[in-house]
Amino acid sequence: MAVLTEEQSMLRDAARTWTQEKSPVSAFRKMRDSGAPLGYDPAAFNEMAEMGWTGVIIPEEYGGSDFGYLSLGLVLEELGRTLTASPLLATALASASALILGGTAAQKEAWLPKIASGEAVATLAIEEGPHHAPEKVALAATKSGSGYTLSGKKTFVLEGLGAALLIVSARTSGKPGDKDGITLFLVPGGAKGVTRTALKLADSRGAAIVSFEGVEVGADAVLGEEGKGWDLLEKVLDRARAGLAAEMLGSAIQAFETTLDYLKTRVQFGQVIGSFQALQHRAAKMFTDLELARSCVEAALTAIDNDSPDVPELVSLAKAKVGDTLHLVSNEMVQMHGGIGMTDAHDAGFYLKRARAAEATFGGQAYHRDRYARINGY
Amino acid sequence: MADFGGDPEAFRAEARTWLEANFPKSLKGKSVSYVEDENPDGADMKAWIDAMGEKGWGVPTWPKAYGGGGLTPAEARVLQSEMNRIGAFNPIGGMGTMMFGPTLLEYGTEAQKQQHIRAIARQEVRWCQGFSEPGAGSDLASLQTKAEDKGDHYLVNGQKVWTSGGQWADMCFCLVRTDNTKKHEGISFLLIDMHDPGVEVRPIQLIAGASPFCETFFTDVKVPKENLVGPLNGGWTIAKRLLQHERNGIGGGGSGGGAAGIFGVGGSPAAMAKSYIGVDDKGRIADSDVRSRVVAHEMDAKAFQLTAFRMMVEAKSNQGPSAATSILKNAGTKVGSDRAELIIEVMGTQGLGWEGEAFKPDELTAVRGWLGGKATTIFGGSFEIQNNIISKRILGLPDPLGPSSN
Repeated sequence: MAVLTEEQSMLRDAARTWTQEKSPVSAFRKMRDSGAPLGYDPAAFNEMAEMGWTGVIIPEEYGGSDFGYLSLGLVLEELGRTLTASPLLATALASASALILGGTAAQKEAWLPKIASGEAVATLAIEEGPHHAPEKVALAATKSGSGYTLSGKKTFVLEGLGAALLIVSARTSGKPGDKDGITLFLVPGGAKGVTRTALKLADSRGAAIVSFEGVEVGADAVLGEEGKGWDLLEKVLDRARAGLAAEMLGSAIQAFETTLDYLKTRVQFGQVIGSFQALQHRAAKMFTDLELARSCVEAALTAIDNDSPDVPELVSLAKAKVGDTLHLVSNEMVQMHGGIGMTDAHDAGFYLKRARAAEATFGGQAYHRDRYARINGY
Repeated sequence: MADFGGDPEAFRAEARTWLEANFPKSLKGKSVSYVEDENPDGADMKAWIDAMGEKGWGVPTWPKAYGGGGLTPAEARVLQSEMNRIGAFNPIGGMGTMMFGPTLLEYGTEAQKQQHIRAIARQEVRWCQGFSEPGAGSDLASLQTKAEDKGDHYLVNGQKVWTSGGQWADMCFCLVRTDNTKKHEGISFLLIDMHDPGVEVRPIQLIAGASPFCETFFTDVKVPKENLVGPLNGGWTIAKRLLQHERNGIGGGGSGGGAAGIFGVGGSPAAMAKSYIGVDDKGRIADSDVRSRVVAHEMDAKAFQLTAFRMMVEAKSNQGPSAATSILKNAGTKVGSDRAELIIEVMGTQGLGWEGEAFKPDELTAVRGWLGGKATTIFGGSFEIQNNIISKRILGLPDPLGPSSN
């Protein structure tokens, strides 16, 4: 655990208390069983907003507390522990980062206070295929009058069903795969021509497919510079990846601790199964991997707070390492629980399904190992 | 250090001035190893050892009363950074500073501390470790070297193995059996003079060639009674504490060097792969399978570095090494041995040279380092023993062997 300031410790403790009391895994189960249309519980998200978690990285002038990314990571880690489904990552981290880094004063004024208060949920609409490939943008934005017309389709849009604001990557020149010619647009979720369809994934969260059919936006909808969206998008994605890595770390730690408890209580052959060395050494490896992953996650979040030049390298390291670790721990959780771990009544399946969805979000391990290699010239 | 009001930066000027005045320029960029090599010689080296020994800065955080530097950890880091700045190094080292000294400061009598700590701080006495025996490796507590109470002395008989630097040591901190009826509670911690009659040392040839490891034989060695550290039959507790210091040193949590650097396997596998295998038209390592594994390794190495750094930062507010150092030992030695294997592999047959003109010195060093490095996951508690320790002490899982493995 990083050395925290007093405020950070208080924030972490508050998040831990709230998740344990108000949002345990049973709350996620209830949300799933109820078929909640947005893939999260709006009442719970309101409580999170009231505690100020939606404004952690937002400057004070826009209604936030400007506590930084490591601080928001602490909250996300606690949410990850209990698999709390919420739009916090998409809106208060990813979208808020996009506006803070690329927004004009008017754009910030229009959206940041609403994001900070939780009144509006914003999200990124950037994926078009089954694999994370933010440069493979085909969705076209063509000039029309003083503005643009957007046509195309985005998939795997987190919280896409309910989001009031979509931050859309579109192509204003070049071809899919080119880094030049990508432009980011702010598009209201209810804009004419926007159609949203639930993308029902194994992790039961609120992803959507969003179609854009001749959607008209003004010139003031451009976030950053036309055709130069790539650099901004990379910066935004790195912040989102680091925050997601913190959430995944929390999920991995809880999956491990739940499994460790089971090793200490399940009796076979007249002894607790945790006394078998074959299981002990696998537990020791998981513990070691969790410690290593934590170092990477904290280093990435700290680098973002310090605006350090090695942010991309450290973020890809963190996303890949925590992805590998969560992958391992979620599999071991099912395996070590045996038959009970296969049942829907047990939580193990929730961790397993969430693990794979989180791994695939904003680039999986293979993507980030290759990116780490490219950054370092390997 | 009261003189500086606790502000480590105030200490920087004093450290800088003293180092400039006392570090011999001829030694810039050099270093010493009191584990792998004989004691260093040369007039400048002797002057530097004496100056640092006199100042106590070779063991900067040890108490001044026993010849240490009396610095705070923050001041010690300032001292290290000032040494780095001018290419200086700490000429005081070895098992006395890394393991025995900290342990004796905790468990020794006042007389023992007065007798031994200052001599370690001044590099006057070189220590070796008499723990492992031919029949007591991972199961260290099954050791059989016995010390019999003969009234005014102990009479020691038995054999130790893997005594690193035994051929150059003056003293040995040794685990001996003083009670045959109990396992852990029959072990005592005894200090033996390696120059005494009845002590014989034989260097061991290893798979990597010559080594600093020895076999040590004790035949009717008379050891004064005041050389017992801690209570009779109370040596196991002290030994466990000392092993924590050892793991901390090997894993890299203490000195920062870490296992990856211990055996001289330097260089980056990625850079070497590009040079020995070549690159494709995008400048990537041409063999995609090797590239994948090199990248995964470089990321593991980075994660380990970040972890060693994190634990150092976190330890500032805690006291001494904890059970968490067991993670560092396994993680660090795994990275080190993976690295050595990758380097040998990317070099191809140039990574198999034993001796001769066909190989560059770096290539020969890599081969010996790869083989020598196999020891890192065995000594200081093997990889498997470390996992047992993590399971039992950190995760709280039951001991499959019962209390006998404690």
